[in-house]
Amino acid sequence: MRPLPVLAEGRLEQGFSETKPAYNQAEAITEANRCLYCEDAPCIKACPTGIDIPTFIRKIATENTTGAARTILRENLLGYSCARVCPVEVLCAGACVYNAWERPPIQIGRLQRFATETTLSQTPMSSLFARKPSTGKRVALIGSGPASIAAAGLLAMEGHKAVIFERKSVPGGLNTLGIAPYKLKGNDALQEIQWIMDLGDIELRCGVEITQDDNDHSATKVSAQSLLRDFDAVFLGLGLGADSRLGALDEDGPGVYGAVELIEKIKSDPAFSLTHVSHAIVVGGGNTAIDIAHELALLGVSDVSMVYRRGTQDMSAYEHELDYGRKHGVRVMANRVVTGFVRDADNKLIGAQIARAENGRAVEGTEETVAAQIAAIAIGQSRATELATRFEGVTLDSKGRVVVDPITHRTGNARVWAGGDCVNGGKEVVNAAQEAKLAVRDMLNALAAS
Amino acid sequence: MADLSIDFCGVTSPNPFWLASAPPTNTGGQVMRAFDAGWGGAVWKTLGDPITNVSSRFGGIDYGSTRMMGLNNIELITDRPLDVNLREMYEVKKRYPKHTLVASLMVESRDNWRELIKKVQDVGSDLIELNFGCPHGMCERGMGSAVGSEPKVLEEITRWVVEEAKIPVIVKLTPNTGDINEPAEAAARGQAHAISLINTIKSLIGVDLERMVPNPRVGGQSTNGGYCGPAVKPIALFMLSQVAKNPTAKHLPISGIGGISNWRDAAEFIALGSTSVQVCTAVMHYGYRIVEDMIEGLSDFLDRKGMKSVNELRGRAVDSYVEWGELNLDYTIKAEINQKTCIGCNLCVTACMDGAHQCIHIPGRTHEESVKAGHYHIPEEIPALPVKIAGLPAGRFVPFVDEVECIGCNLCALVCPVPGTITMVERPGPIGHVETWNDRVAQGRDINPGALTSTLEARAKRNP
Repeated sequence: MRPLPVLAEGRLEQGFSETKPAYNQAEAITEANRCLYCEDAPCIKACPTGIDIPTFIRKIATENTTGAARTILRENLLGYSCARVCPVEVLCAGACVYNAWERPPIQIGRLQRFATETTLSQTPMSSLFARKPSTGKRVALIGSGPASIAAAGLLAMEGHKAVIFERKSVPGGLNTLGIAPYKLKGNDALQEIQWIMDLGDIELRCGVEITQDDNDHSATKVSAQSLLRDFDAVFLGLGLGADSRLGALDEDGPGVYGAVELIEKIKSDPAFSLTHVSHAIVVGGGNTAIDIAHELALLGVSDVSMVYRRGTQDMSAYEHELDYGRKHGVRVMANRVVTGFVRDADNKLIGAQIARAENGRAVEGTEETVAAQIAAIAIGQSRATELATRFEGVTLDSKGRVVVDPITHRTGNARVWAGGDCVNGGKEVVNAAQEAKLAVRDMLNALAAS
Repeated sequence: MADLSIDFCGVTSPNPFWLASAPPTNTGGQVMRAFDAGWGGAVWKTLGDPITNVSSRFGGIDYGSTRMMGLNNIELITDRPLDVNLREMYEVKKRYPKHTLVASLMVESRDNWRELIKKVQDVGSDLIELNFGCPHGMCERGMGSAVGSEPKVLEEITRWVVEEAKIPVIVKLTPNTGDINEPAEAAARGQAHAISLINTIKSLIGVDLERMVPNPRVGGQSTNGGYCGPAVKPIALFMLSQVAKNPTAKHLPISGIGGISNWRDAAEFIALGSTSVQVCTAVMHYGYRIVEDMIEGLSDFLDRKGMKSVNELRGRAVDSYVEWGELNLDYTIKAEINQKTCIGCNLCVTACMDGAHQCIHIPGRTHEESVKAGHYHIPEEIPALPVKIAGLPAGRFVPFVDEVECIGCNLCALVCPVPGTITMVERPGPIGHVETWNDRVAQGRDINPGALTSTLEARAKRNP
């Protein structure tokens, strides 16, 4: 198997330390022994993939670490990255009965990381799960983000060949390029893909675009029609598109980035630096907004302001993420709207026009100029789902999301399934993993019958 | 403040807390530090012909994150020259005249006993303890528990020593015997002045699965040792209760030993008949300093109970320990779960379903689901009381106890992690008056429905 690409040295991401460092075995066992081993446990119900959490924790306590990893990965092949990026505070750990008892909940994420990281760094994933003989069936997966990677692994375990098509040169989608570096770094996400590729016949084709033109036979292009022709099934794990723009005055130009674009630069571009940046503005109130604001603060930008057009109570960012960010200096400016950007004679960004807002709308005449050498727009991402419609029968809803059956994740085309952000509009890695699981479950039945 | 001093065979000790004969009493320096910390007495590391000890010597057993719930040792008696030990014992007694110094002895011949008894008396020992309990190393050579598990030998050696000694003699019993009453009665017949129990239990603490050698490991080998620590306390309490009730031995003062780690453990031993208590493993784990809490805790407890001295506590629980056949069959309790404090972990449900009588239900199930879950009796109505405490996701209910099926076994209350949430409450009994199994036997009513045919036939033959 060809080793996966590794991100280059010299990226800003490399300077981050982890918010929740890895446990050593003694720490893991001590924490595992705190677990009550509830019956009908609320943490399992709170996990979108339904991992049997008390069982894997007990296995850590008995030093059956491999078994713990197997219990996790059986329900969620992305158990390693989920351990590090899941908002456990609002999922499993948030449901822990210890909260009700006013005791700290079990550190489920850190225990899950211990089990998966310890095991997979020593044991090939294929030795945890028996691999079935080859079926000769082939599945194409579009996009190499969490949904496709999970689906490919599950298909490979069943003996099907999985071919993943990725537009970028680096695989992994947002897991590699979009996770806050204090949670998970790009090369760790790539390592997980490498682990999963060991499960069976998985081929990764990076730098390939899906086209409408069936007659373009260049090496970097493949048409939707040919995929339907050459493969037994297709899985769409398209993710989301480019960052949305504000449409504010002088927005276009250097210094104003989309939030996802800026996070990607921090994580993957050795040429990107923040020298001479002392003031930053982040527009938005969601989790991507707090992520980039927090990252900028940790990178030494002395003044980072999150500008949000409504009150703090309306922000969709998790409370615990806001708290972490505030601790590191992120300032929240609620009920404010960025109406324009200020540039000097060389077009360099020097500030933003910020107005007071009522009901999310700027109040005229209240603008003031706030210094900023960099700005990140975190008000959502456009859809990249137009591509999905190139597959006959696949439809989008009014919000541009791929329409699927909620149980089977099958689209309007009987041989096309979809999952992840392109279906749910942008959720967690763990949701992508679960949707991939549902899609593959149905796909396996269909493949067996075909 | 209650008086903690005790009189043990005429020897006054400032408190009942003594160090057992073990590594914490190996040297004079240690014993003096222990007395400074507050220990009332010390039983010196067993004297005899010095031995050569091995490395390593101890193995521990952990439970969850609790270290050393049990300890196993293969260390034998003192490996220091006798004159060194005697000199230090003399020094200790001179500096601490009010503290109790006990000489623990283990030798082979009658001449040995005669010589050693004289020597330990000469250095000022208050008491002699005969180590008839050590279950490893020495017993293979005819000493220690080899004596303790052979009542005739025990009686004979006890008699020699008592005849020889000018100070009171304690016989230390081994638990490695079928019936602790036998060595206890033998000690009484041999005119021992007191009994101490229990010594360590024969054990292998575990196996090193990487090396395939039991622990503790001495190179590529290991050997059986003596088990002690908190894990052995229930065994010790049982044996103590046997001796405390034994008609031949109950007049003897007892020094209780076995897993005592705090004042509460000590109080339990005293309530079952101990005059003094001996501590080892807890000190090996946490040091001599634990005695401060033991003294304070016991003293406050006695004050709370209105007892003026520790002597008033002694034996208080002995009479309420009876044989099974004397228990009241009419006594009935049922589990009750407090909605205000239940955290919804359902551990009581799982314990009752798999380990007891399937009487605790998860509310919200249909009749069919309850049957499928393994219940035999489904109550008409299972109230769905939500777990009250904020922060839990909706849909968690307080488990429901079906009193029809609950047999009052305590298991749910034992597994519940939140103290006081499950209580066992008394209910009217099925008989309506006190009745024991022994009563039924006496009245010939000790046959329940479903008895063996051969039992019924035998009974018919006996009572035509």
